[in-house]
Amino acid sequence: MFRRIYHILIKEFIQVWRDKKLRFFLIVPPLVQILAYGYAINFDIKHVATAIFDEDRTEDTRDLIYRFRSNQYFKVKHYIESERHLRDLIDHSEVTLVVRIPWDFSKNLRWGDPTKVQIILDSSDSNAAMVVSRYVNTILTDYTQEMFKQRLWRFGLRGELAAPVDMEVRAWFNPNLMSRWTYVPGVIAMVVMLVSLMLTALAVVREREIGTMEQILVTPIRPMEFLLGKTIPFVIISFGEVVMVTLVALLWFEVPFRGSFLTLFVGTLAFLFNSVGVGLLISTASSTQQQAMMAGSFFLTPAIMLSGLVFPINNMPPFFQYLTYLNPLRYFIIVVQDTFLKGVGLKVLWPQMAAMFGLGTTMLILSALRFKRRLA
Amino acid sequence: MTTSSNKTAIRAEGLTKRFGTLVAVDGLNLEVAPGEAFALVGPDGAGKTTTMRMLCGIMDPDGGRAEVLGFDTVKESERLKEHIGYMPQRFGLYDDLTVAENIRFYADIYGVSKAEREARLPELLGFSNLTSFQDRLAANLSGGMRQKLGLTCALIHTPRLLFLDEPTFGVDPVSRREFWAILYQLLGTGMSIFLTTAYMDEAERAHRIALMHRGRLLIDDTLEAIKEKFQGELLEIHALDLHAAKRALADHPLAKQVLARGDRLLVTVDSAAAALKPFEIILQGAGLSGARLDKVEPGLEDLFVQMVQQEGG
Repeated sequence: MFRRIYHILIKEFIQVWRDKKLRFFLIVPPLVQILAYGYAINFDIKHVATAIFDEDRTEDTRDLIYRFRSNQYFKVKHYIESERHLRDLIDHSEVTLVVRIPWDFSKNLRWGDPTKVQIILDSSDSNAAMVVSRYVNTILTDYTQEMFKQRLWRFGLRGELAAPVDMEVRAWFNPNLMSRWTYVPGVIAMVVMLVSLMLTALAVVREREIGTMEQILVTPIRPMEFLLGKTIPFVIISFGEVVMVTLVALLWFEVPFRGSFLTLFVGTLAFLFNSVGVGLLISTASSTQQQAMMAGSFFLTPAIMLSGLVFPINNMPPFFQYLTYLNPLRYFIIVVQDTFLKGVGLKVLWPQMAAMFGLGTTMLILSALRFKRRLA
Repeated sequence: MTTSSNKTAIRAEGLTKRFGTLVAVDGLNLEVAPGEAFALVGPDGAGKTTTMRMLCGIMDPDGGRAEVLGFDTVKESERLKEHIGYMPQRFGLYDDLTVAENIRFYADIYGVSKAEREARLPELLGFSNLTSFQDRLAANLSGGMRQKLGLTCALIHTPRLLFLDEPTFGVDPVSRREFWAILYQLLGTGMSIFLTTAYMDEAERAHRIALMHRGRLLIDDTLEAIKEKFQGELLEIHALDLHAAKRALADHPLAKQVLARGDRLLVTVDSAAAALKPFEIILQGAGLSGARLDKVEPGLEDLFVQMVQQEGG
């Protein structure tokens, strides 16, 4: 039995090695992906295009405006003169943020009456808008406290005024909150899934397409032997991919690796059960390589979208949150990110590992059953 | 079981296969003796390939049963596969592997040892003339050579029975003749051959022939015996204007069937001697005085056409 699996395995490696396009596909796109995403996916928002509409023009408002101008998160590009000008800038996406200070701002401030600042946000990108509004909030809070302090001084009260509760945020594992550190490990997971799933699906369907499947059926080879012979090579190749992209993450992006390679290895193995299983399942349902490609992308896109890498799972409606429990990528991303950044091991990550092994085994059994030995 | 395997290579009883409402194979009975070349002949869609797949144990019948080399094709399909060679219409060669690698791969999955393979290769490559092409990729072989490579792969484990599904489909006449020379050598070693074909001249090379039409066997016998089954005699007519000749003879009471085939007209009659004179007169009357009439031996195709027509009528 092992001899026959071994022979298929060798044949598979020869074929992969001879296929120039496949060789290219295995090396260049994963590298391009990790480089592109490493640079492009960046949720750290800086230099927000800002416009100021100052209807008051006093010393107080200048002080407030200065706080926006002297901050690296904002880039004040325009000073608005009229209502029309404001609309224009927003419509043409010239600015993301408009700070509008009403004409009675200073007066109210001095009289001790409540006053307002209007913030207009282009929220067509809601994630970005949320981040920006948080920045604005910080600046305005600081400013209010400062004003409050000055007023107390005027009434003759002196001394430091401390807020009753002061929030002190410490971002562990990623102190500068660099999104690259979070995303590069995520991309590793994506690349592994893409390569292993597609390779497996295509390799099996190709045998069907060129007619070798029927030839194999009349040999005494058993379905399990054939399946193992067809999948083990791609598991091995996928490990090669992990090593390749991990090296880029460590050496090029200098993402820290705090965990153990063993954890990463076990996690990858567990995950490959899933992606290879899905690949096989797709191959049983497709009769041409094109069909397999289509089916593959129908699976891949939602798997990535619902993995928590791009959109936080907590923000999804409950139904989709439950659905993500069936998404192996969800667990794998946690395993990869935590192995890199937190350095935790199996002791912490066992639930994710167990979920992946469970889902993967089910998937493999399902596809093996579907892989019909007989043509009928 | 052992006794039956010695007596017959293939025995099928009431073999039936349905695809939805279509009955592809309908209660097929047949028997092939060891060492025999058996040809299953019929038009496309007659059910030939389906029959072969069931006999190879890669498709389960919906009804009836078959025993091949003494093995039940359903219950003992795994063991059966060790003893048969199968060459489908399009042999599954790996285009990105070389000739030698293809052979080695099939030898390996059949569990042929290296020593055995090496001992067998010169003979197999020799009669297929592939010796000098061993390192060529299968993708770069001609149609005839691909066919021979397929055969070599199907023979690497020394099967006792060889299944060939339309083996020379799309192969040039020279390669086809060479291919059959190889098959006769194999028959000489005691191997049995079961083949399907749509070519009558190819079927005529087999020891026994079965005509298949719409999932059923119309006849199953030796070539000589089958030819005897032909009802009536056959007249071959060469004329300048075949259409005119056909029109002239179509309604003649002595002409039971008039068929144009290529450059001649084939007319079935009860007695060639009796029809010769009246036909000549008619053709002359139609202005076809140069027409030539000869009595010919009916071929397999003629019989097949006759049987299909009787079946339909």
